[in-house]
Amino acid sequence: MDIINTNNLGKTYLHKDGKVDAIKNITIAVEKGSFVTITGPSGSGKTTLLLTLAGLIRPTSGAFSFLEKELTHVHDCELAQFRRKNVGFIMQSFALIPYLTTIQNVMMPLALNKISKQKQKEIATSVLETVGLENRLNHLPRELSAGQQQRVAIARAMVNSPSLIFADEPTGNLDPMLAVEILDFLKEINEKNKITVIMVTHSPVAAAYGNVKIHLDKGEIKSINEKIIK
Amino acid sequence: MNLFKLVWIELWNKKTQLISSLMAIVIGIGVIVGIRTINVYSEKAVAVKLDNLGANILVLPQATSIDDYSTSDIDAPTIPMEYVEKILTSEIKGVDNLSPKLTRRITIGNKKFVLTGIQPKNEIASKPLWQNTGFGKEIQASCAPSTAENKSHGYEDEKLKRKGVDSLDYTECLLGAQVAKALNLKVKDKLKIQDKELTVAKLLVETGTVDDDRIFVNLKAAQEILGIKDQISAIEIMGCCNAISDGLLSKLRNILPDTRITTIGQIVSTQIETNKTMKKTSVIFLIIILFVGSISIGNYMWANVNERRKEIGILRMIGTYKTEIYKILLVKASILGLIGGILGYSLGTIAAYYMGPAFAQIQVSAIPIFLLWSVLISIGISITGSLIPAYFAAKFDAFSNMQEE
Ligand SMILES: Nc1ncnc2c1ncn2[C@@H]1O[C@H](COP(=O)(O)OP(=O)(O)OP(=O)(O)O)[C@@H](O)[C@H]1O
Ligand SMILES: [Mg+2]
Repeated sequence: MDIINTNNLGKTYLHKDGKVDAIKNITIAVEKGSFVTITGPSGSGKTTLLLTLAGLIRPTSGAFSFLEKELTHVHDCELAQFRRKNVGFIMQSFALIPYLTTIQNVMMPLALNKISKQKQKEIATSVLETVGLENRLNHLPRELSAGQQQRVAIARAMVNSPSLIFADEPTGNLDPMLAVEILDFLKEINEKNKITVIMVTHSPVAAAYGNVKIHLDKGEIKSINEKIIK
Repeated sequence: MNLFKLVWIELWNKKTQLISSLMAIVIGIGVIVGIRTINVYSEKAVAVKLDNLGANILVLPQATSIDDYSTSDIDAPTIPMEYVEKILTSEIKGVDNLSPKLTRRITIGNKKFVLTGIQPKNEIASKPLWQNTGFGKEIQASCAPSTAENKSHGYEDEKLKRKGVDSLDYTECLLGAQVAKALNLKVKDKLKIQDKELTVAKLLVETGTVDDDRIFVNLKAAQEILGIKDQISAIEIMGCCNAISDGLLSKLRNILPDTRITTIGQIVSTQIETNKTMKKTSVIFLIIILFVGSISIGNYMWANVNERRKEIGILRMIGTYKTEIYKILLVKASILGLIGGILGYSLGTIAAYYMGPAFAQIQVSAIPIFLLWSVLISIGISITGSLIPAYFAAKFDAFSNMQEE
């Protein structure tokens, strides 16, 4: 079954210096449980594609759906609902809230889903255990190493048991050793928890983790699994 | 976690910025509360002054100033008693009531008081409000209220209550609240002033004026104690308003040429003027604070929004609704407003407490209802200042920023 479908998806930014066609004619079907990697030169539209699929920016043409539910034209609220229920994010810059501790950051998605305080604590603690941060619960992000911060972000991405994780260069700010650790972990949750992962990356090492490898160029899909499309 | 806790943690983490952004509101509200507090007490003081004069015209010795009149020094000038007769036997109309008084500072033990000789019946009749320390109405009341009005203001009952004063005897005295406290005296106790022994007939309710330091005795007794026979320091007259506008003052001046005759209006007009100025000033300040405060808070919230576009982006990313973002910003603004209001009120009240005596010669204490107003105004300013930034914060496309890190 497909978790994500797009049909000629396109996004044109309106900038005062002119229009930018960041992505165009993107038609893909992502099967549930796959590990998708998106590669391509800088400025090729990788982040734009990711954010569009996550409902964080609106496409300007085409359509996309999640589990066959059309999301192209739904209300903002519904997109937020979709994210808080089904989606986890891992960003290159970790995207942690700086004044919240490790556990508070991880509890945020649960709080949005109106989980009770007691349950929030339980779930967050156990997820943080799986990423090996059980003794950093009350640290602020700035009191953690980069690798630890990214693990907090992973814990936050996993905590609401999403069906989909979006990752934008999750290892871009980490040294190669740590990068492998994080990638292994992503692979593990992809396989064990059957969470679909869609990951943007520059690095060939990271790209190798995918079983669906999309290559973008100038906003268009150049190849899927090395098979040239255009 | 919940959204409220999120706001709380954030504010707590930004204490310093928060306080500096609140400065404008705190100072502004402080100034308004300070002025208004002094203002209210000053108005009260005017009203009480009027009350205690209980008359609207004063006949004073030529050389007296108004301040001398309320607390006369040993050598303060006097006028002869016969002036009272002069007025009474004249054909002048519109004089409702006459009340001659003799006032001097005296020392008992080593404490200073003011001894005032009064003619009880007259005194009472033209002195409607011992107990009332309210303000506003009395200013009009001093203008010879009609009997019906008197009744509606409850003056009659007051008079009944003060029956004892009606018959203030040659050997009796009334004590102001401070006097009673200082000398530790109760009703029926004996008080010796020089060689004269007096019985305390009544203790007066505290008024916050010089009356609290007064010992009232029969005019004759006062003249005897002070050794100023047949002399008085003032005649208080209750004149009808109509009569005053018909030139009552100049008629009185004609028969008493070597006196200074003045209306209460003239006496308190300076103070009323000051009060008016203070009121105006506080209105001006209110307008300034509305602008400056909103801008200052708006600036903070705006900086806050810009500084934390990323954080709002994160919140939106993990699925926070726009309405929840608005809520977060507005709750934040309300908390800021609440804190600003409380701090401003405290600042203003403390300032008024110390500055009241220095600038307006009045004692001031806190006016709790101003706390409510301070908080409401402050929250209003804070929310107003937050609305525009909040609108943009929830509206803008936070996610284009996510990638710029
Ligand atoms: N908010 C925006 N307004 C206008 N143009 C934008 C905006 N965001 C991105 N772009 C443009 O869209 C194009 C694609 O940007 P995008 O960030 O998706 O690239 P990317 O593949 O993620 O690049 P990188 O590998 O450097 O992260 C770029 O040319 C960029 O300049
Ligand atoms: Mg990118």
